[in-house]
Amino acid sequence: MSEAPQIDIDYVARLARVELSPEEKVTYSAQLADILGYFDKLNAVDVDGIEPSAHPFHVVNVWAEDVPGECLPKEEAIRHAAKTKDEQVMVPKVVGDA
Amino acid sequence: MSESLFYKSATELSSLLQSGALSSVELTRAFIERTQAVEPSVKAFLQQNVEEALAMASESDFRRSRGQSLGPLDGIPVAIKDVISVKGASLSCGSRMLSHFVSPYDAHAAELLKAAGAVLWGRLNMDEFAMGSSTENSAFQTTSNPWNTDCIPGGSSGGSAAAVAAGESPLTLGTDTGGSIRQPAALCGVVGLKPTYGLVSRYGMVAYASSLEQIGPFGRTVADVAMLLQAIAGHDRRDSTSYKVDIPDYTAALQAPAKKWRLGIPKEYFAEGLDPEVRQAVRNAIEFYRAQGCEIVDVSLPHAELAIPVYYIIATAEASSNLARFDGVRYSYRSPNATDVVSLYSKSRGEGFGSEVKRRIILGTYVLSSGYYDAYYLRAQKVRTLIRDDFMKAYEQVDAILTPTSPTPAFKLGERKEDPLSMYLADIYTISANLAGIPGISIPCGFSSENLPLGLQILGKPYDEAGIMAVAHAFEQAHDFHKRYPSL
Amino acid sequence: MQYEAVIGLEVHVQLKTVTKIFSRVPYTYGAPVNTLIDPVVLSLPGTLPVINKAAIDKMITMGLMFDCRIADICKWDRKNYWYPDSPKNYQISQYDQPLCIGGQVEVELPGSGRNVMGEHKFVELTRIHLEEDPGKLTHFKDYSLIDDNRTGVALAEIVTEPCLRSSDEAVAFLKALVINLSSAGVSDCDMEKGQLRCDANVSVRPVGDSTFGIRTEMKNLNSFSNVKAAIEYEIKRQVRLCQEGKKQEIVQETRRWNADKGYSISMRSKEDSHDYRYFPDPDLMPVKVDEAWKADLKEKLPERPYDRQRRYMDELGLPYTAASVLIQSLEFGDFFDRAVAVSGKAKECANFIVNDLMRELAAAGAEGEGSLPLHQCRLTPNHIGELVQLIDQGTISKQIAQDIFSEMFAEGKMPSLIVQEKGLKQENNSEELEKICAEVIAADAVAVEKFKSGNEKAINAFKGPIMKATRGKANPQVVDELLRKLLAQQ
Repeated sequence: MSEAPQIDIDYVARLARVELSPEEKVTYSAQLADILGYFDKLNAVDVDGIEPSAHPFHVVNVWAEDVPGECLPKEEAIRHAAKTKDEQVMVPKVVGDA
Repeated sequence: MSESLFYKSATELSSLLQSGALSSVELTRAFIERTQAVEPSVKAFLQQNVEEALAMASESDFRRSRGQSLGPLDGIPVAIKDVISVKGASLSCGSRMLSHFVSPYDAHAAELLKAAGAVLWGRLNMDEFAMGSSTENSAFQTTSNPWNTDCIPGGSSGGSAAAVAAGESPLTLGTDTGGSIRQPAALCGVVGLKPTYGLVSRYGMVAYASSLEQIGPFGRTVADVAMLLQAIAGHDRRDSTSYKVDIPDYTAALQAPAKKWRLGIPKEYFAEGLDPEVRQAVRNAIEFYRAQGCEIVDVSLPHAELAIPVYYIIATAEASSNLARFDGVRYSYRSPNATDVVSLYSKSRGEGFGSEVKRRIILGTYVLSSGYYDAYYLRAQKVRTLIRDDFMKAYEQVDAILTPTSPTPAFKLGERKEDPLSMYLADIYTISANLAGIPGISIPCGFSSENLPLGLQILGKPYDEAGIMAVAHAFEQAHDFHKRYPSL
Repeated sequence: MQYEAVIGLEVHVQLKTVTKIFSRVPYTYGAPVNTLIDPVVLSLPGTLPVINKAAIDKMITMGLMFDCRIADICKWDRKNYWYPDSPKNYQISQYDQPLCIGGQVEVELPGSGRNVMGEHKFVELTRIHLEEDPGKLTHFKDYSLIDDNRTGVALAEIVTEPCLRSSDEAVAFLKALVINLSSAGVSDCDMEKGQLRCDANVSVRPVGDSTFGIRTEMKNLNSFSNVKAAIEYEIKRQVRLCQEGKKQEIVQETRRWNADKGYSISMRSKEDSHDYRYFPDPDLMPVKVDEAWKADLKEKLPERPYDRQRRYMDELGLPYTAASVLIQSLEFGDFFDRAVAVSGKAKECANFIVNDLMRELAAAGAEGEGSLPLHQCRLTPNHIGELVQLIDQGTISKQIAQDIFSEMFAEGKMPSLIVQEKGLKQENNSEELEKICAEVIAADAVAVEKFKSGNEKAINAFKGPIMKATRGKANPQVVDELLRKLLAQQ
């Protein structure tokens, strides 16, 4: 990655489900190329044998016992939805992948 | 109401309430009036719940009259960044996506504040979903720096810092993912603290980058911040990353006699790009500590310059997934132009998110996508380990580390908006603490020639908030930067 | 050319926990829509998951049942994909560090007849991991509705190696899962309630080939018969295409099985291959499993059902027909074991449980609910054990035992008490019996003639009236001896 990679902006935007205008695509492509170029600094580091950190501290076995707690009233499931029917959120018919 | 009241520290106000010299209703009214007067030029608030606040204040007065005060925070107004959930209040996160969302539940921090009797009275402006360093990324309004309204207040908790600086609220809560409490605190001349990762529950804080962020307090003084942190710190079983640790008495720790601390100065934080006035102010602070008999030690954090790429890979990757729930289906903005489910997602998100959020989602999606994971995300996580190890090694030699908070004083509104990379560099001194999970505090340490506040950052060992606050308090006691007020 | 099928299954099993996997909302099947929710289930902004320890316990138990290697440490990953049944648009799952690795499931293939045990073999597992169930979408003509009741229910995904060769093996595997997992209390595995859902990957290849053909995937097969029919259809379809030289028409795709019409169709082909962007979930901490935890759960494991079947047949001498029924649930097997412990008579206990008890339970079940659950009836293993003992000791006849059975099922009284209360004790007093026998012989001269002329069966003509006269209490063996003695004197 010595040369800044070009993001396939159409592919990534589709993967992220974000519709971008043609102008946004141009601007973002250039800005992201800049940023990715800056990320190249990382390649200079030797990370052989280094454990990745998903969290700042290593803690294990944080869990809850299987005891019921409070529920929300069913109205909260649809309270902020743009479209509802029969106490459920309504979406255009889902065919195959979404 | 006199000007001295809204510029008093929360600690002083708390004494006035406890002595009966002042009622919470009077106090709350004073802040409401002050806010009405200055808000048109500051624009820190997205919402002010005046009636609710007065009702809470009157309940507080009632409790106190019966000798049932809930403690030092009882009756003190606290305003909250609009990313922390309060039952029945808005939770817009500065985004069009959630402009109509009303939360049905309390964040752990909000529960604790209510239990302490605090008067929760407003929702504060922020960069959309906490992404930004200037609060210019809010979908609703631009907050100004009270010291110069042509300047940014910092971000993403710009509203929280500006509200304290402008005397609109004695205490506020913000969140810090990469410097979002400390950097605006520095630029607005107030005190802001990012706790150790896990000290304050994240339950009810809308996630931007889960492994990095914490809720934290803003106040006029270190003691104010200690008082507010005392109320919100502690284990919560609803946050798996919340840490079980004994919480010390932070206020008492400040009153302990000053110690001869060993303070580390990392050379990497005084390199190219640091404004000379900031450098001088921090140097003066270091000399102050030396004069107090502290041992000043040169330390090295060799991977410091990698913090920005590591941060922007990890944070955007987590964000790309955390923000997927804002999809136009259940509770977020739904585009009226959708024809099928795919376009419902894409159009709602294209229209509902602002440009910085979209940029980070695209970046985060890209670094996680097939074929790039190892090169970016995995490598960033490994370098994160190195960055943390640097700090742990330094802490074998020193009790705390002193650095500038921000490389520059507040810059002008609009100045960096079109150049994301230069905006990202504003966080260069703060983000390492988030990657390492350690606590950090920013306190005022001087003013620029243009009368803009400058901040000193003190970074501590994990869970040593008491330690860094004591170091900060010692400086504050000997200086009067925190007693200067902007003219509004 | 001869072709063989290569089948791998991915089975989702709902774990039998009280609350959901990452929130403390209790789950019950059939609740009114959107009532089993809280801020975490809806994934409202700011909410966080906390893992349910019971779900991990069940997973480890399952892994131990199937001899999987239990990971020392496992972590949680986000599988990012877009679908309205998932409020977060990612599923918390386990990607490269599942909790259970490898393992095998013993299965029993169908025998040559109903009463004949089929071949047993082992199906190799690839892995079992824990994840969250999405919500339920109901599709209408031009819209879909979302019910979040099921959202976040604890789900185990069991993945087999592509080692199955027929639809029978696939069904046998699922049946083995059902009896193993229900016995261990891991899952109720009720397919009608969606507690066990099966995806099947099918390919074919010429017999003798070691490479795999192109596979297709059939999703959400929700009954044994659908699994069987869908796999058979797919094998035939692929073999036919191969034989017709149209092998290239077999493409990697997902097919939907139409159970009513008995065929599958290709679902819309995917525009992009899936890019799930897996990464470790920063909201959850890893789980570390130590030896003590495993040992504790291992101690609580039930006897494996097919081990139990072997024990019943080899050691207790039960016929396959009885043993195979008793192992269908842990409850019946344990009930049987305790009854045998009381009476020492395995076959007799098995008969009462498999025939009488199951018949009564079926009759006692509420309308449309199937049989009455065993733990809800008033019979205990002591009842059966004592009843068998009473017969064995000659206290009651088998015939009387039938009457006692119905009464003790209804009333819950011990059989000895019923015998006492109703005076059902078998009549062994030969003096009195001899008198009755003599009277009955005297009353039926025709039968006496028939018997004397060599018709053995004619003796039965006397037995009915004798039983009637003694109200069934006469010991049939004693009666038979007396009759022969008296008839010989005629």
